[in-house]
Amino acid sequence: MIGLSHYLILAAILFTISVVGIFLNRKNIIILLMSIELMLLAVNINFIAFSHYLNDIAGQIFVFFILTVAAAESAIGLAIIVLIFRNTRSINVDDLNRLNG
Amino acid sequence: MIEFKDFVFYVLSLVLITSGLSVITSRNPVTAALSLVLAFFNAAGIWLLLQAEFLAIALVLVYVGAVMVLFLFVVMMLDINLDKLKEGFWDYLPMAGFIGALMMVEMIMVFNTKQFNLLPITEPISNTSNTEMIGNTLYSNYVLPFELASVVLLIAIVSAIALTLRDRKDSKKINAADQVAVKREDRVRLVQMKSEEKYIKPKTKERK
Repeated sequence: MIGLSHYLILAAILFTISVVGIFLNRKNIIILLMSIELMLLAVNINFIAFSHYLNDIAGQIFVFFILTVAAAESAIGLAIIVLIFRNTRSINVDDLNRLNG
Repeated sequence: MIEFKDFVFYVLSLVLITSGLSVITSRNPVTAALSLVLAFFNAAGIWLLLQAEFLAIALVLVYVGAVMVLFLFVVMMLDINLDKLKEGFWDYLPMAGFIGALMMVEMIMVFNTKQFNLLPITEPISNTSNTEMIGNTLYSNYVLPFELASVVLLIAIVSAIALTLRDRKDSKKINAADQVAVKREDRVRLVQMKSEEKYIKPKTKERK
């Protein structure tokens, strides 16, 4: 039988993958944003698994709000990326040192 | 004998983890975005196994339908130098792999304890559907956070448009601040010069 811990371990593996992704792709902002999305997905899997196994709908409500905030965040993040690309002609994190003084 | 539901879980989670690995290792951002679509799709399947039907459909509609299309738009619109962005990938791999493996082992050790190993609930939570339950809770106990979520979305719309809005080059817009700040010296120039003869009107002959 699949228990709660199976889902939690799956979410943990997914979360770790996205943390490693942030380490590895530290030059590419787009892949960084995708890793953040993957991280939020892992958290959402945790919430829904707990909501199912503890028989409480509040976890699913939380996932609803996390989806809302994540969609807003990625929309604004992509708008900022477009703006960065327009000004510096690259999306390399190393080129973002304008505030260096 | 493995149950069919368990088999579905293992297949979905295997594809989910593989596509997650593909997101972080692919050279091309387009491939990464498409792998992320696959990951979201499999996560929706896992949510269906957990009887969260509304959120599974919402994930497919909102993420696969809207957010990932936005990602693909941006990735294909920008002309990126891929080799520059992949620099240092192998340098960071040992450290990142070590930290990741440590995190994963620790979390699996915690989640494998018997406190977390609940068995699935056999009887249904209630007779109402999942969507109805979410709606009842959302519009009663969580109505203020729900309103705030709409404000968050409004701010996202306004800021995304305001950030990327560009003026047309041939726009005849006037800057009111410049107009107010103008001084007399900026516009009027007084020139001191002698009047020149040839431009003086010749006098008409006086009649005798």
